[in-house]
Amino acid sequence: MTLNNFLILGAFLFCTGLYGVLARKNAVLVLMSIELMLNAVNINLVAFSAFRANVTGQVFSLFIITIAAAEVGVGLAIVLLIYRNSRSVDLDQADQLKG
Amino acid sequence: MPFVLSTMVAQTVAFWIVAVAMAVAAIGVVRSQNVVHAALYLVVVLAGAAAQYILLVAEFVAWVQVLIYIGAIVILFLFGIMLTRAPMKPDGPLDNNQRFAAGVVSLFLFGVLTALLVDAYGNDQVKPTAKLLAAGSPANIADSMFRNYLVPFEVVSMLLLAALVGAVVIARRD
Amino acid sequence: MLDNAWIIPAIPAVSFFLILFFGKRIPTKGAAIGITALGTSFVLSCVAVYQWIDRVESATGGKSEGLRALGRSLIAHSGESKPVVEPVLHHITWWSNSGIDFGVGIRMDGLAVMMCFVVTLISLLVHIYSTAYLHNDTRYTHYYAMLSLFSAAMLTLVVADNTLQVLLGWEGVGLCSFALIGHWWEEGANSKAALKAFLTTRTGDIGLLIGITVLFWAAGSFDIGKINAYALSPHANHGMMLVAASCLMVAIIGKSGQFPLHTWLPDAMAGPTPVSALIHAATMVVAGVYLAARLYPVFWNGFSIGHGGVNFMVLIGGITIIIGALLAFVQDDIKKVLAYSTISQLGYMVMALGSGAWVAAVFHLFTHAFFKALLFLGAGSVSHSGSHHSFDMKKDMGGLRKFMPITFWTFIVGTLALAGIFPFAGFWSKDEILLTAGKSGYTFFLVVGLVGAFLTAAYMTRCVYLTFFGEYRGHGHPHESEPVITVPLIILAVFAALAGFLNAAAVHVEKFADWVEPRVSFPVLVHPAFDYPTAILSLSIACIGIGVAAFFFFKREELGALNGLTERNKVARAGYNFLVNKYYLDVLYENVIVASIRGGIARGCYWFNQNVIDAVVNGTAKGVRVTGQWTYDYLDRKVVDGAVNGTAEVTAESGGLLRYFQAGRVQRYALYMFAVVGLLALLLLIANI
Repeated sequence: MTLNNFLILGAFLFCTGLYGVLARKNAVLVLMSIELMLNAVNINLVAFSAFRANVTGQVFSLFIITIAAAEVGVGLAIVLLIYRNSRSVDLDQADQLKG
Repeated sequence: MPFVLSTMVAQTVAFWIVAVAMAVAAIGVVRSQNVVHAALYLVVVLAGAAAQYILLVAEFVAWVQVLIYIGAIVILFLFGIMLTRAPMKPDGPLDNNQRFAAGVVSLFLFGVLTALLVDAYGNDQVKPTAKLLAAGSPANIADSMFRNYLVPFEVVSMLLLAALVGAVVIARRD
Repeated sequence: MLDNAWIIPAIPAVSFFLILFFGKRIPTKGAAIGITALGTSFVLSCVAVYQWIDRVESATGGKSEGLRALGRSLIAHSGESKPVVEPVLHHITWWSNSGIDFGVGIRMDGLAVMMCFVVTLISLLVHIYSTAYLHNDTRYTHYYAMLSLFSAAMLTLVVADNTLQVLLGWEGVGLCSFALIGHWWEEGANSKAALKAFLTTRTGDIGLLIGITVLFWAAGSFDIGKINAYALSPHANHGMMLVAASCLMVAIIGKSGQFPLHTWLPDAMAGPTPVSALIHAATMVVAGVYLAARLYPVFWNGFSIGHGGVNFMVLIGGITIIIGALLAFVQDDIKKVLAYSTISQLGYMVMALGSGAWVAAVFHLFTHAFFKALLFLGAGSVSHSGSHHSFDMKKDMGGLRKFMPITFWTFIVGTLALAGIFPFAGFWSKDEILLTAGKSGYTFFLVVGLVGAFLTAAYMTRCVYLTFFGEYRGHGHPHESEPVITVPLIILAVFAALAGFLNAAAVHVEKFADWVEPRVSFPVLVHPAFDYPTAILSLSIACIGIGVAAFFFFKREELGALNGLTERNKVARAGYNFLVNKYYLDVLYENVIVASIRGGIARGCYWFNQNVIDAVVNGTAKGVRVTGQWTYDYLDRKVVDGAVNGTAEVTAESGGLLRYFQAGRVQRYALYMFAVVGLLALLLLIANI
């Protein structure tokens, strides 16, 4: 298999996730887009691990999966709190840091 | 080697099918106007990722992916959606007003990355050697993790603990 | 006492303070303290005189001691060898700074002990006299205090061994003169006269200060002995000596009433008569002559006295003789006659010094002190008891010889002594002046002296006639004065009569010269032997003077045409007016010199001060202020504040602009971030391909 296939797939997923992060209004959807980005990174790591026949990449991706899980947990907790405080998860309305 | 050649062809075909499905689903995640649909599209992407791991002879990672990502994280997402959705009301527009700029940036970045990758790795192949075949086994991963990467392992477990406690504290109703 | 001669000035100084602090409370109001102090000083001066004579005589080889030596020496022959007799010197250094020594000390030689004797004697007699003259005066105590201070200052001057001490005494006597002339200062004329005296002598004191300084530079010391030694040494700087002598001459002109600064002496008669007797006849005015006598080598060198010919000193002396004598003729005030007479006699002394007749000058000083004090005290007695406290001869006196015999006869003795009639004291001293002047090559001044003698005799006869002869023209009840006044008159008359015999050259008695003339650091002077022709000439001229004046006054009715000449003849009237206006010198001094300084020059200086100096100062201040204002307006407000404010404005504006990027929307920030990341990645990509 051509290595580049996997890598370009990973790049595509990353950019799609980037679009979602930048363009979505719902906070949960933004978190989902972040998951997309993380998955793209995972694919990259595992592809390289296979290319090099080195298990380090896979170990790393396991860690990333773990971290992603933790991050989603905390992120959703925060989103819940925002929802409780302002009855909406619309990021356009969370502009209290306006300068 | 015909075995290898046919395997290679089969893997390439499989790769492409899964890759297209993942791409379409990814676009669905970021373009769907229904949050639940977006979550379901995400499930497709995650499953596709697991399939890719198997193709890359990383079974353990693939199963962990299915278990954790699809099994836990997506459930979390669905719960989050449920708790943050106004009941009996359709979702409003889910995209903000910088769609176009975001699209431009994403495409631009994708272009740069592709150019870079093509320039860097050209026609490098993933060779199915015996080493590769032995690399992804759980025994090997365990060996590596608990020998070389023990400290990160422990740190990650602390992090999980912190995240758990933090999530509970943050989302607590008081 | 010679070694402790400092006590002689110290006693009157102490008495000054005692009288000042305690005088008013004791019964005699201070007079007793003064008289006691001066009496003690007089006794000590006599002891000092005796010791000095003894010193001189034993150096000369006299075998006997004490009064025996005195008696033997009086009849000894002159012409014996004159060994060197050093003066008695004692000095206390007050402080010494880079080689310059400041201190006080005594230099007791013949001249000093003679002056101590004269000053203390006359001061004592004046003290006693004043108890009656100033009886019940308002400032009796202060008067006695100032008399004591004067005596102390004069004695300090006399015994001084350095020029600074002389200066101290000089100024002290000037101050006391001022205080005593203005004793009755309630009258404006008296205080004006006091100021005139003080300021005129002060003008002369400039010369004294400069002279002392020049002598210090020349000789390197203030010590009189060193200065004299320097002046006589071969390497003395003649130019500096001339300058110093001229400056000191200016001081003498001021203090000793020489032309042209003599104008203060007649006005000083505004003070009480005893003061005039003490200060302006016998002692203070001779301070200048004394200074010249002390520092004679300086004058000898500076004015080249030994070479004959006219020098500054003898010229001034000669002029003074004549102008003083002429002015005495037109005075109605008896004290003013005596004042001008004093001026004239001081001129004699200065002329004598200027022509090399040192002994003659000092001897004349000695005798003049006695007869002039006698005349003044006599005039005081006349005013006290005869003319009802007036001194105007023409209006209030006349014919007093019947009422005041003692005063009359003592006055006659004084007049004869002053006129220079044998055998009174003035004859011997004046004759010696004329003789030495003639023999030293100053023949012109011999003639001047003879003319002066004629005039002296004449005006004194006029004075005696107007006061004691004729009819009494006054308003009071004339009577003789009390003994306190007449006894001093008698004592002084005795001295006036007999003092001349101390240097009666005719009988080869030259004791005065032996005792008084310095033998250390002194130039070799001419001592002409007694010359009968000159003596007879001067005596006859004096007698002619008396005769002419007597004839004029006693035989007035027979004069006819001469009587009232000045009222009828214009030339005579002009001459008379010229004399009455004192040669218009006072007009020159007061109305021309002083008025122009006070008026025009002072106004000019004021204008300069206000418009030029103040203009510069104010202009500078204004300039500074304008500069400051401009600096504030432009540099401070516009430039500096502009920079500061500008920086703040830029920051605010840029912040305002940057604010638009912060919409509070996180995704917007993320967009910016990723866009830039993409660009950077592209750049890196391009750079590395």
